[in-house]
Amino acid sequence: MKLDAKVPSGPLETKWLDHRDHLKLVNPANKRKFTILVVGSGLAGGAAAASFGELGYNVKCFCFQDTPRRAHSIAAQGGINAAKNYHNDGDSIFRLFYDTVKGGDFRAREANVHRLAELSVNIIDQCVAQGVPFAREYGGLLDNRSFGGAQVARTFYARGQTGQQLLLGAYQALERQIGAGTVKMFPRTEMLDLVVEDGRAVGIITRDLVTGKLERHAGHAVVLATGGYSNVYYLSTNAKGSNVTAAWRAHRRGALFANPCFTQIHPTCIPASGDYQSKLTLMSESLRNDGRIWVPKKAGDTRSPDQIPEGERDYYLERKYPAFGNLVPRDVAARNAKTVVDEGLGVGPQKNGVYLDFSDSIRRLGRATIAERYGNLFEMYDKITGENPYAVPMRIYPAPHYTMGGLWVDYDLMSNIPGLFVLGEANFSDHGANRLGASALMQGLADGYFVIPYTIGDYLAPSLNKPVSDDTPAFRATEADVRDRVSMMLAINGKRTADSFHRQLGRIVWDYCGIARTAGGLQKALQLIPELQQEFWKDLKLVGGADGVNQEIEKAGRVSDYFELAELMCRDALDREESCGGHLREEHQTPDGEALRNDEEFSYVAAWEWTGGGSAPNLHKEPLEFDAVKPSQRSYK
Amino acid sequence: MDLILHIWRQTGPSAPGKMVKYEVKGVNEHSSFLEMLDVLNEQLVTRGDEPVAFDHDCREGICGSCGFMINGEAHGPQPATTVCQLHMRHFKTGDELHLEPWRSRAFPIVKDLMVDRGSFDRIIQAGGFITVSTGSAPEANLTPVPKPIADQAFDAAQCIGCGACVAQCPNGAAQLFTSAKVGHLNLLPQGQAERYDRALSMVEAMEQEGFGYCSNFAECEAVCPKGISIDFIARMNRDYIKAKAFGSAKTAVKA
Repeated sequence: MKLDAKVPSGPLETKWLDHRDHLKLVNPANKRKFTILVVGSGLAGGAAAASFGELGYNVKCFCFQDTPRRAHSIAAQGGINAAKNYHNDGDSIFRLFYDTVKGGDFRAREANVHRLAELSVNIIDQCVAQGVPFAREYGGLLDNRSFGGAQVARTFYARGQTGQQLLLGAYQALERQIGAGTVKMFPRTEMLDLVVEDGRAVGIITRDLVTGKLERHAGHAVVLATGGYSNVYYLSTNAKGSNVTAAWRAHRRGALFANPCFTQIHPTCIPASGDYQSKLTLMSESLRNDGRIWVPKKAGDTRSPDQIPEGERDYYLERKYPAFGNLVPRDVAARNAKTVVDEGLGVGPQKNGVYLDFSDSIRRLGRATIAERYGNLFEMYDKITGENPYAVPMRIYPAPHYTMGGLWVDYDLMSNIPGLFVLGEANFSDHGANRLGASALMQGLADGYFVIPYTIGDYLAPSLNKPVSDDTPAFRATEADVRDRVSMMLAINGKRTADSFHRQLGRIVWDYCGIARTAGGLQKALQLIPELQQEFWKDLKLVGGADGVNQEIEKAGRVSDYFELAELMCRDALDREESCGGHLREEHQTPDGEALRNDEEFSYVAAWEWTGGGSAPNLHKEPLEFDAVKPSQRSYK
Repeated sequence: MDLILHIWRQTGPSAPGKMVKYEVKGVNEHSSFLEMLDVLNEQLVTRGDEPVAFDHDCREGICGSCGFMINGEAHGPQPATTVCQLHMRHFKTGDELHLEPWRSRAFPIVKDLMVDRGSFDRIIQAGGFITVSTGSAPEANLTPVPKPIADQAFDAAQCIGCGACVAQCPNGAAQLFTSAKVGHLNLLPQGQAERYDRALSMVEAMEQEGFGYCSNFAECEAVCPKGISIDFIARMNRDYIKAKAFGSAKTAVKA
């Protein structure tokens, strides 16, 4: 298989415009003859489904939640980047592009990232017109802030609920189309397989989560916008329902999965408080602007933090990185927290956190200033932990947050299976090995509003007047596969719940394919995961049947896919003998302990092909070339 | 701590339901209410019983999936808190808690504590949007919005669509939900073109869905996890009355 990213030729700045000018069009009167299936209703899926509906396509949109407004995009806090240069501080499309490529540690495709930066300005216009209540200045114009270490103020925000407001904008546009009859919505519906016929994606098999009924849906194209896979770690900042199943089943049908080991561990989350812990909660990293991170110098120090004198504290980030101090990038902060906790210096009842201390800032700036900057975050922390961060230091620890890897797509966002398109976090394309703050929302909306509505027409145009049917051998066979899999799980009748397996798997992936990875650890994980997977298929306990609401079946199906994904992540991490972005191989560090890339050998996208359960997957490489930005080594000393 | 739970169990929309008693022992005070239910469900499944079905997703209080009555209070005893953010330290050993699904004619029960809130989506379909197709937006800063207006619109826009307002209302009214969206969009300059049509059609959709009428109990505001004010109901009523009395943009053209 030869991977062709189909990046248009010509200068970087005009690739997208030229490409758009030459994409095939579908006549407005013919659009309703095409059925498009959109799986997922978050920023990417919701925006795409609404835009397709407006164009006149016949759209079916699916989500597992009870309404499209609950997709996990809703939980994004920080903001969305756009190169508007409203602050006259020298921002430009090129700078946003440059920062994103560099932030991704030179493992993203230049042309895609440039297009993203170009479209960022249209997104803000669109959202404001929809009524998204972005923060404003007293003159009534839009406010911006600097975010994630950027040197310009280009981040638009809506208090700490930017994702919510952007998603509601897309949701309202989607509901308008549902009301108009162009989009048919299927809430509480989970995609369980992709139907491929003659090498093309022609439909999906879904399970109705209320009745348990399996259903076939045929379409001229399938668009997956199903989010990321951080829940492979069990504990993550993702919603409980976020899962990899739709993407993974597409992978099993031939779609390549790219860079699965590129995961982002966010440094500032509330540590787990016990075995019952079901998820982790992010605290905005803006807290590091005024909080100082420390641990006691002595392992096993059980004194309360105020009893530990200054001389017996280790402000380890300030000590190791004097220039950046507590503001080092996400991956560096996360790695160092793990190191001190592994050394037994962790704090809190579970010894699994580090202090983020505001007492100096409160003394210097006054409580009122700190309350103004972080009041809502302090309240949220208090609500969850029962501790008052004005009086005692916060405890924080890193948690899996975002996954840069995903299904491989070309420049048109089409996977290697013709007719299967992948948008947003579910694809691999724009963030390389590490995603910068405030760029996930940007990518989801760019893909959904401004890329796929153009590129899908180019694919569809030649299929005019070719009707689709769900009564074909491919549909029947795929549905039978799905039915067998559900029956197989129900027949095990073992002793352990899906959640208990998920927790154990998550622990393995966290320990060996988390913040820092080693060849030995990854090899061990590659032994432990299949063992646990075998136990799963022997000892899974389900109750109830395949009909009706059965949340245990939903969970078990997702966990069964996590085993296979976890194995691929470890394999990819083992294969990538370098450190880059969120992927740190301990064997590959600079003498200062920084990630050491190996551009000579690893400047490529690793796209893996499924070859069946028992055999090793095939690796396909898409070489990455950098013309506009020259790869450089990061340093934060 | 040890708790006694009485949970509404119902296998489907038309099946009869009943309260079932469960004892949960050794609950950690730092766990959330839903994590306490996870522990109960893990025990139920392990011994072969059906787990309690409840909706939940983000567990950060923003997606709006979760919600049920705890001793007659929507989302339980803590103000401005969804059940996923309610922690067990607010309860004590020996407490007896009654968990029931949202009760409303317009929210049919799906199973146990899960209800169907599709009626909320249909209210939004009736006018809870600004008609602007992708690509047709003007430059964002062409439309200044005074900061106090933008802030007020934001206060309304925070609604998470959980349904607590309806569940707590003695009339089962959806005025707070509907007026939050009407208020958000009708306050903004971008929403003016459709302002009166929006109020008319969303109120009509709300009535068609079988929600009750508002008689200013203000129970909705008291339980709203986002603290949305009933002032928005008054705003919506003003727009609705004006539209009825003087006509909306659509009726003006027809006349």
